[in-house]
Amino acid sequence: MTNMFTNTSLLRKSRAAAELRFRWFGRIAIGISLAFLFIMVGSIINKGKSVLISSDIAIIIDLGPNQVDPNNINQTGFDALIKRSLRATFPEITSRSDKKKLYGLLSADMGFELQKQIIANPNLLGISQKLWFTASDDVDLLLKGSVDLTTQEGDRRISNLEINWIAKLKKSGNTRSHFNKKFFMNGDSREPELAGILSALVGSILTLSVCFFVSFPIAILAAIYLEEFAPKNKISSFIEVNINNLAAVPSIVFGLLGLALLLNVFGLPRSTPLVGGLVLSLMTLPTIIIAARASLRSVPPSIREAALGMGASPIQATFHHVVPLALPGILTGTIVGMAQALGETAPLLMIGMVAFIADVPSSIIEPATALPVQIFLWADASERAFLEKTSAAIMVLLVFLILMNLLAILLRKKFEKRF
Amino acid sequence: MIAQLLESNEQFDVDSPNMPNEAVTLSKPFNITTRNSSNIGEYAIKFIMVACSMVAIAVTVGIVFSLFFESISFFQRVSISEFLFGTKWSPQTALRADQVAAEGSFGAVPLITGTLLISFIAMCVATPLGLFSAIYLSEYASRRARNVIKPLLEILAGIPTVVYGFFAALTVAPMLRSTGENIGLNVSSESALAAGLVMGIMIIPLISSLSDDVINAVPQSLRDASLGLGSTNSETIRKVVLPAAIPGISGSLLLGASRAIGETMIVVMAAGLAANLTANPLEAVTTITAQIVALLTGDQEFDSAKTLSAFALGLLLFIVTLILNMISLKIVNKYREQYD
Repeated sequence: MTNMFTNTSLLRKSRAAAELRFRWFGRIAIGISLAFLFIMVGSIINKGKSVLISSDIAIIIDLGPNQVDPNNINQTGFDALIKRSLRATFPEITSRSDKKKLYGLLSADMGFELQKQIIANPNLLGISQKLWFTASDDVDLLLKGSVDLTTQEGDRRISNLEINWIAKLKKSGNTRSHFNKKFFMNGDSREPELAGILSALVGSILTLSVCFFVSFPIAILAAIYLEEFAPKNKISSFIEVNINNLAAVPSIVFGLLGLALLLNVFGLPRSTPLVGGLVLSLMTLPTIIIAARASLRSVPPSIREAALGMGASPIQATFHHVVPLALPGILTGTIVGMAQALGETAPLLMIGMVAFIADVPSSIIEPATALPVQIFLWADASERAFLEKTSAAIMVLLVFLILMNLLAILLRKKFEKRF
Repeated sequence: MIAQLLESNEQFDVDSPNMPNEAVTLSKPFNITTRNSSNIGEYAIKFIMVACSMVAIAVTVGIVFSLFFESISFFQRVSISEFLFGTKWSPQTALRADQVAAEGSFGAVPLITGTLLISFIAMCVATPLGLFSAIYLSEYASRRARNVIKPLLEILAGIPTVVYGFFAALTVAPMLRSTGENIGLNVSSESALAAGLVMGIMIIPLISSLSDDVINAVPQSLRDASLGLGSTNSETIRKVVLPAAIPGISGSLLLGASRAIGETMIVVMAAGLAANLTANPLEAVTTITAQIVALLTGDQEFDSAKTLSAFALGLLLFIVTLILNMISLKIVNKYREQYD
């Protein structure tokens, strides 16, 4: 008797323990997934936030009449002028390799920057004065404290000599840091300190516009037909199976389709937002159709019956009464589809939107790149300064995705009707 | 009075085919043109709508044809059996005709095993995490917790794959490498493990949300019966709910596997291009998708075997994922009907 009693209590204990274990498995699984999300986003923000600040270096430049000819600014050798001024700031430097390092403190664009400053403000001419220039990427990282100074000199991209020069400049107040406008105003560049995301952003916007204007009308009409008009026959169910399968086809296959059909057969221009948008629209079609159908299905039949009963034709009943009620849901699905398209990279690589594009594209038939492709390109670049650029570009991409999803949620909340 | 009737009839009759005959005849002189034009308009709208829904079929046909034709011209240069069973992948083609080793070798086996290895690792990560998340969310979590956790998990699904790729290549891979060094293992900097782990995380929301739906579709009466017999929650889930939901869950796992096989950016950025034939997750492998990207980015001649092989790989990928998708969709749909 007592034996049996202890057995059941033991059993009960082990069953309760199993219950608890099982519950904790679930909690741990969710915990790991969410921890990964936070670590990933956190590490990207951590790496990318420093991009918001960029550093300048000031040097004294003699723009006297014997250095610059006011009537002939474009012909002046500004690079040489700046190099001369740099040498004057550090007169102790004599060896050729050190001089080269010295010139490398400033961005490769320094001559052009000086020219721009003079054109913007001709009063600078004729006197010798302190002017600000963009620091090179390595100096920028050093000034932002992103360089680990405890490592061996050979292991970092910046030597002790250069660190001393910068320390000297810093002491005399000749360095400053400010909000990095260039990152948002420039196109891509080989020089990390000049590279920006504007061209990729505009490319993405153009591509998404093409994608929207192609996929939205087609998807919405297809969804209306399949949900409201299609007879229940083999062809309809074949179309349905087709759409469901297309939604799960790997995105790179759509890229192959774009390459073989749009570029090689139809001869559309390579690397352009037009082709990119078309390929992405084929990809987002199934997403929008599925969402739109679900939304149309949620409109109760009584609405249709009432419209038909008042003498509306099926088309009128659909377009005047059912579609407006389903529209918020359709738009939500469309925005989700567009957000997917915005983050898509692989098909764009296939159709050549992976080229180096420095200029901001102004039409859909000019070569362009897109934000995720820019991230891919920068992630591959060797300079350490591109690491923070990549993280920052990811942050910009995520901000856009969050905004789109917020819009979708707001739409759903605001117009959601329960029938 | 009659005029009023006619007027109203005109309004009604324009679009309603079901009006009584009388009314139609009455109103005929007034609206015959509007009636016709509106019918033509309606036909046009219907025609456009049919055409739009045909686009889905056209896309599928376009994919099949474009992959098929390029693949045929590839298989004229390289035999199918060499492609499917060859174990050496080095798609270098000659610049000059007389060059040594002018013909590349196109054995896709290392790519297939590499793809399977990475997908397997991904599924090993995603299956337990996704499934347990789904079980917890649908059976244990309070409504409030569910409302917070579910959208957070869906964020994982919304993050672009290029971001996962960046994270895998620049954070996870170096971390694995240094951990491996500490415990005396030689981990490649482009290991299959890093790509697989991160890909697994990417698939979690797919599996958890599909399984969640399936588990929720199991009728409450089954649970009540089991609980009424005195089993605990976890026993009910393990012995009643999960067996009832198994077909749907396997469908979601297949869909996850198809997603893993077709995933491109993570493997392009984290797995590299070394076509090793190995089952060791610490070594570098390459995948079908990574090779397609490597073969087709940059300048290419369109009639070389190297370029065309990408389409053969694409066809292989398309067929495999299509089969997986069709099976899983069928299972999921059939199962849904069963309990509806």
